[in-house]
Amino acid sequence: MRLNFNILKRPKSSIPGFGLTMGYTIFYLSIIVLIPLLALFTEAFSVGWEKFFSATTDARVVESYKLTFYTATIAALVNTFFGVIVAWCLVRYEFFGKRVFDAMVDLPFALPTAVSGIALTTLYSHQGWFGKYLEPIGLKIVFTPIGITIALIFIGLPFVVRTVQPALEELEVEQEEASSSLGANRWQTFYKVILPTIFPAVLTGFALSFARALGEYGSVVFISGNMPFKTEISTLLIITKLEQYDYAGATAVAVVMLFISFAMLLVINILQRWSSKRRGMEAI
Amino acid sequence: MKTFNNSNGAQSESTLVKYGLIFTAICFLTIMLLVPLITIFIEAFRKGIEAYFLAFNDQYVLQAVKLTVITALIAVPLNLVFGVCASWAIAKYSFFGKSVLITLIDLPFAVSPVISGFVYVLLFGAQGWFGHWLIENDVQIIFAAPGIVLATIFVTFPFVARELIPLMQEQGNDEEQAALLLGASGFQTFMKVTIPNIKWGLLYGVILCNARAMGEFGAVSVVSGHIQGVTNTMPLQVEILYNEYNFVAAFAVSTLLAILALLTLVLKYSLEWKAKKQLEKLKEEE
Amino acid sequence: MNIKVKNLTKYFGNFTALDNINLDVVPGELLALLGPSGSGKTTLLRMIAGLEVLDDNDIGEILFNNENIADKPIGDRDIGFVFQHYALFKHMTVFENIAFGLSVKPKKERPSKSEIETKVNKLLKLIQLDGFAHRFPWQLSGGQRQRVALARALAVEPKVLLLDEPFGALDAKVRADLRKWLKELQSEIGITTILVTHDQEEALEVADRIVVISKGKIEQIGTPEEVFHNPKNEFVINFLGNVNLFHERDENSEQKYHIRPHELEIVLSSSSDVISKAQIKYIQLAGSQVKIDLQDLENGKTILVELSHHEFKQKSLNIGDIVGINPRQLRTFKDGAGI
Repeated sequence: MRLNFNILKRPKSSIPGFGLTMGYTIFYLSIIVLIPLLALFTEAFSVGWEKFFSATTDARVVESYKLTFYTATIAALVNTFFGVIVAWCLVRYEFFGKRVFDAMVDLPFALPTAVSGIALTTLYSHQGWFGKYLEPIGLKIVFTPIGITIALIFIGLPFVVRTVQPALEELEVEQEEASSSLGANRWQTFYKVILPTIFPAVLTGFALSFARALGEYGSVVFISGNMPFKTEISTLLIITKLEQYDYAGATAVAVVMLFISFAMLLVINILQRWSSKRRGMEAI
Repeated sequence: MKTFNNSNGAQSESTLVKYGLIFTAICFLTIMLLVPLITIFIEAFRKGIEAYFLAFNDQYVLQAVKLTVITALIAVPLNLVFGVCASWAIAKYSFFGKSVLITLIDLPFAVSPVISGFVYVLLFGAQGWFGHWLIENDVQIIFAAPGIVLATIFVTFPFVARELIPLMQEQGNDEEQAALLLGASGFQTFMKVTIPNIKWGLLYGVILCNARAMGEFGAVSVVSGHIQGVTNTMPLQVEILYNEYNFVAAFAVSTLLAILALLTLVLKYSLEWKAKKQLEKLKEEE
Repeated sequence: MNIKVKNLTKYFGNFTALDNINLDVVPGELLALLGPSGSGKTTLLRMIAGLEVLDDNDIGEILFNNENIADKPIGDRDIGFVFQHYALFKHMTVFENIAFGLSVKPKKERPSKSEIETKVNKLLKLIQLDGFAHRFPWQLSGGQRQRVALARALAVEPKVLLLDEPFGALDAKVRADLRKWLKELQSEIGITTILVTHDQEEALEVADRIVVISKGKIEQIGTPEEVFHNPKNEFVINFLGNVNLFHERDENSEQKYHIRPHELEIVLSSSSDVISKAQIKYIQLAGSQVKIDLQDLENGKTILVELSHHEFKQKSLNIGDIVGINPRQLRTFKDGAGI
């Protein structure tokens, strides 16, 4: 078997520098990313199964997972709905200030999360621009799961827009023309022709937004109030445990979160492949 | 670019639907993005310009600015060198396991910032793998500047590589091979042929990397120890000021970070525009 | 320079790209590597240039003036290479592109600025692009880029010129002009040149010798006349133009004949001694020759015939006519599979 011997061999090439660049890449990747992550897993193993199990099924921990999932899901759904509308408007329509809004979509990527956190908290607190109208009608946002959800909507907003936008741009007008020439009305064309084509991109955007929300800390910590069993998300719980020098507990929660992140990464990779495949087929 | 201005019946939406959608989009973006952004500046100037500038007349704030800049100055170049090496290795050669390597490089994006900081605590903290050795040799990494730098490197790790890999893959090897055949050395080829071809992507990656390096909160929060004037970066200082109910100062420092973010967006947008132009030019060429 | 390829076998994974290639390139000649896409012709060219490397499990050697060049860096091989898509440096002007090879020479060998300028200007004149020195590649037409790529390769005075599908991306008219120009230029400089092409007409027109390659193997090496008129096997005759296949059955064997359209003669059906009878289905009058599609009455197969306009008029043929077909000449293959 020729192939088997080839796997670990350095490729021969007319372009110089493979040894140097690959060597440095592996070295740097190992010391910055791989070894530290490995440390987390070894630590989890050394904790022992029983302790690990009790740490991850502790009522407070479970409650934090629930809250994290629940708020992340709602935030991602909201972002998916509005994200598709925003992407649609940015691609299809001309309107005043379009370029500014287009550029601003990336603001949550660029703005430090702590800054977004305090800005949102101020806005929705009982004296804030939004809070002062919402609280009298019984809608308390700061220090409630709603506040957490709003923060998560903020930080996940760019994902859906930025994955759906290129899919819409690549959409061929001819398909829509064909659909309408065959007698479909606009809604049918959207529902039966456009949506199925951009659906993988929409789903990818949802998954990215959701994954980001799971691990978020900075923008949530100010608005959530961090009350155990009520508004304590999992990342915050890790920090709380760390501050109490409960390394084993922190490790257990972190490993579970990391596994979920990796699973999400896998799902996103598959979705992206599906998405590009579907778009690639259009080109034919 | 095709435009979608045709308004004949079934091929486009009714005016009502169109303006309804635009109205919804603008409202959503305004409420979720624009208002929070404006709030930062309003709150910062709530007590007047003097109070605003007074916030910077604080030794801790200035030290936080200094630490933030130093951190970025270390993290960004290191990740830049890595990004160039990784994208060269990945784009110029074919080898087994390439897609695994690309996924590994992207990994830090999938990890929660809190966990990114935490892993270094496990390695270098007092109870960590190297904790004992570090204490004996009187080296402090966690709750000190080196930990902040490490955590920042971790969270900004993929930025440059991720911009360059697809770019270099798309450009292929022809120009480099042409240069080598004409007698250029590997280094000459890299400097004279490769770098000019990737310079905008490189700059783009550096800008994003820098924005995140200066703005990172979760990861550095775990490793910092929050010692004012020593291990606080700007975002951490914002947190402390806010928790001390010193809102004007918290938002004043935030304005600096917000301006940095806006500058990043403007640069990002104009670079994307430039890249688009360059792509069109290339397409013409074909 | 004398180039020898000895027993060269190259694998890409489990795919055999080149299969025991032996080739002798005569100094000063223009050699065409001709074959369909995927035949391995470009791989062979890139291996000679050093752009593809002999891996551990590959076999054979490539010799320049009897010296094995396996370990020679590609910059030291004295090779001028013109890429299929030119690979001009996008961010450099025409002048900078052509001057590149000279400007990256080590300090001791590097010509002075004015020497470089004189040389580049001379080359610009040679490729008929003087006045274009400060344009960028994207401001040039395809044919102009092609010539710049050639000038860039020639600037370092290589001993061999390798061209990968040099006219592949150009319009028919520009192709024809450039082909002629390249042929003249090559014989003027007298540089050993290897050119890869999938276009048999191109190979027949410019090459001194043609190497026909298929599936990684050399099918035939010869002058254009040899490969066209005396093809060694079925692949070569099929690849070098249209061909009609006829079968002749004896009691004990079957004989195959390959006959080109211009080698067939149409006889009016009154005459009896013909190899087949056929009906005219289609006549194409446009072009230098009249092309006629006929249907064999016996087995329904299509037969292609080409004749001169003069002959066509003399015979006054019409669609629907039933005529006889006769070969003007017959040819047999050595391997028994007759033509």
